[in-house]
Amino acid sequence: MRYLTEFRDPRALRALVEDIRATVTRPWAIMEVCGGQTHAILRYGLDQMLPEGVELIHGPGCPVCVTPLETIDRALAIASLPQVTFCSFGDMLRVPGSDGDLARVRAAGGDVRVVYSPLDAVELARRTPDRQVVFFAIGFETTAPANAMAVHLARATGLRNFTVLVSHMRVPPVVDAVMPAPGCRVQGFLAAGHVCSVMGTGEYHGPARRHRVPIVVTGFEPLDLLEGIRRTVRQLEAGRHEVENAYPRAVPDHGNPAARAMLEEVFGTTDRTWRGIGPIRDSGWGLSAAYREFDAEARFDVAGIRADEPAGCRAGEVLQGRLSPPDCPAFATACTPRTPLGATMVSGEGACAAHFRYRRTGTAGRSRDAVNR
Amino acid sequence: MTGHHDPAGGDDPTGSTGSGRGGGAGAPGKAGPDPSAWSCPLPSRAPGTVVMGHGSGGAMTSELIEQVFLPALGRPAGPLGDSAVLDLPSRQGGRLAFTTDAHVVQPLFFPGGCIGDLAVNGTVNDLAMAGAGPLALSCAFVLEEGTDLAVVDRVARAIGQAARAAGVPVVTGDTKVVQAGRGDGLYVTTAGVGLVPAGVGPRPDRVLPGDVVLLSGPIGAHGIAVLSVREGMDFVTDLRSDTAPLAGLVRAVLRADPDVHALRDPTRGGFAAVLNEIAAASGVGVEIEDTAVPVPEQVGAVCSFLGLDPWCVANEGRLVAFVREDRARGVLAAMRAHPAGSGAVAVGRCTGQDPGLVVARSAYGSTRIVDLPAGEQLPRIC
Repeated sequence: MRYLTEFRDPRALRALVEDIRATVTRPWAIMEVCGGQTHAILRYGLDQMLPEGVELIHGPGCPVCVTPLETIDRALAIASLPQVTFCSFGDMLRVPGSDGDLARVRAAGGDVRVVYSPLDAVELARRTPDRQVVFFAIGFETTAPANAMAVHLARATGLRNFTVLVSHMRVPPVVDAVMPAPGCRVQGFLAAGHVCSVMGTGEYHGPARRHRVPIVVTGFEPLDLLEGIRRTVRQLEAGRHEVENAYPRAVPDHGNPAARAMLEEVFGTTDRTWRGIGPIRDSGWGLSAAYREFDAEARFDVAGIRADEPAGCRAGEVLQGRLSPPDCPAFATACTPRTPLGATMVSGEGACAAHFRYRRTGTAGRSRDAVNR
Repeated sequence: MTGHHDPAGGDDPTGSTGSGRGGGAGAPGKAGPDPSAWSCPLPSRAPGTVVMGHGSGGAMTSELIEQVFLPALGRPAGPLGDSAVLDLPSRQGGRLAFTTDAHVVQPLFFPGGCIGDLAVNGTVNDLAMAGAGPLALSCAFVLEEGTDLAVVDRVARAIGQAARAAGVPVVTGDTKVVQAGRGDGLYVTTAGVGLVPAGVGPRPDRVLPGDVVLLSGPIGAHGIAVLSVREGMDFVTDLRSDTAPLAGLVRAVLRADPDVHALRDPTRGGFAAVLNEIAAASGVGVEIEDTAVPVPEQVGAVCSFLGLDPWCVANEGRLVAFVREDRARGVLAAMRAHPAGSGAVAVGRCTGQDPGLVVARSAYGSTRIVDLPAGEQLPRIC
């Protein structure tokens, strides 16, 4: 519990900012990969404290935001079936598909439940054998092991009425996708600490070497974030491009072997499309052959559902760090959390929603500079 | 004060099998006749659970009232008629405040209270936020067939106890029963009337630049306590709901400053919603010192791992007062001297800049916008 105050201490924070200020000699652009980090940066105004020239670019690490539109459409189709009880984490409920969202399916009579753990969905399947219970398995390596455990448990207990709609993502291939993109300004990465607490730090050596970028494993509290930024800036100034662990209290270099083993038993790597970015090779986890019978897309025959992104939403550019949310013409006008054009505005971890929530201008008649003062 | 408890209830515009006066036994629902209500006036009863007959307006309804509600809520002095008739304490003038609240909480019982406490305190507090001392409450039950009568009794007794604690009688009521599967055990709707003393008139649109924002205690305990006992939540806390009547605390506030500009209880939508409502209604900016707002450690921790914002979590026994700067010290002292306000703090002030905007200043000096929650708060993925 003390983590909450210990890693928010104003005095220690000022010392870190001073250290960064003393180190910086020229402008640097650093991408924080994870939406949780974006949220904390904007909530605490950490970007406002950095010396001029150190810019934070918000990355695509919000699992809700990057879940492909057609996966959402498939979820809506499955959740609308009368025999299905559809279980999801809460923040997927308002993510717009091509036509509506899960909350609307629920309002129209669909059996859509918010669960807090995939094991709750397994338990629900056990208790309601006459229902088809489907769990929406999305997220990065952070949530994937628990979802793998749910599938493993379902098979071990012979559950026939439990399936998962899988759209798991892998973070390391993002570096390979972002760096060569036209207009990419990213010079260093803050890697997502939670993901690394499962997977360890080893996966980042390849991308760091290939793209000659420093990658610093970073946590989520204000001091953690500034420490990650400080180390990235130091590497950049020194011309180094190494993988560094600035979050050792949560991240052992080899990650969590038990979680990795479970993940690798149930899932295998696969190509995956990221909403707003497009297909990225080997960037997903899908059910391995031994667990195919738990694939909801196959059981409910929805794999044929295809979808195109609505025009006007530039979430893809935001997710790649090429467009800052307030610079999007639809930001806070046509696109707000109540009327989102894309997922980056829906999820609390989405860059657009975080900007709207903490920094929006216009609607309240306040200039951004005034808010940021 | 005279009062009557109304066994047959008032109008029932919403249907279901009703004990409504106009319907009597077998009253039709709004969508046409309800076959289940065509049965004999005294259907076979499963002792110990609510059956449709309890809402028939007949003998079983009377039995429920006599055996459960009157002992719990207190028997009024006069006969049980169609309406309660109240004497107005008319000595010093003043105006009537009138409010109503429907309660649909799940689960019905949670650490620190139950739907019955909320039903009374919610309405008492709505009156109090208008500066009104509560005079009388009404209480209508929608019971689901099959609900354990012990549950009904427990809720009714909580209502009686909460009403006595708030010093306000329940003077009229109604009971309806809906078929099994069409309700969550029971719903309670309360309405209340209260008297606003002359010279008192807190209103959301009266707040001025320079006003100080006072918060009566730590926030978030109620919402998190209820969440902790929801199905599927496995975390254990010793948090208890903060549900409490605030009429006494408001009396203390008004003694210190009869001209307090606005009072709000941060229920649904939480502290953040109240600040935004006031900023919008009064056309002021509101600046809050982030670290001045007391959030219990457990509330902070639970919110942190579920991705909720403690400023948006519901409270049932807190109030936010907007007072003139030169009265703030006195009002704060009066709040702290009252048991319901012992944790009161000054958390910010209103400005003439940026009308309608609420900002919070962090310990680091940075500011962020404090927004209304867009809809229900949804626990996040990671």
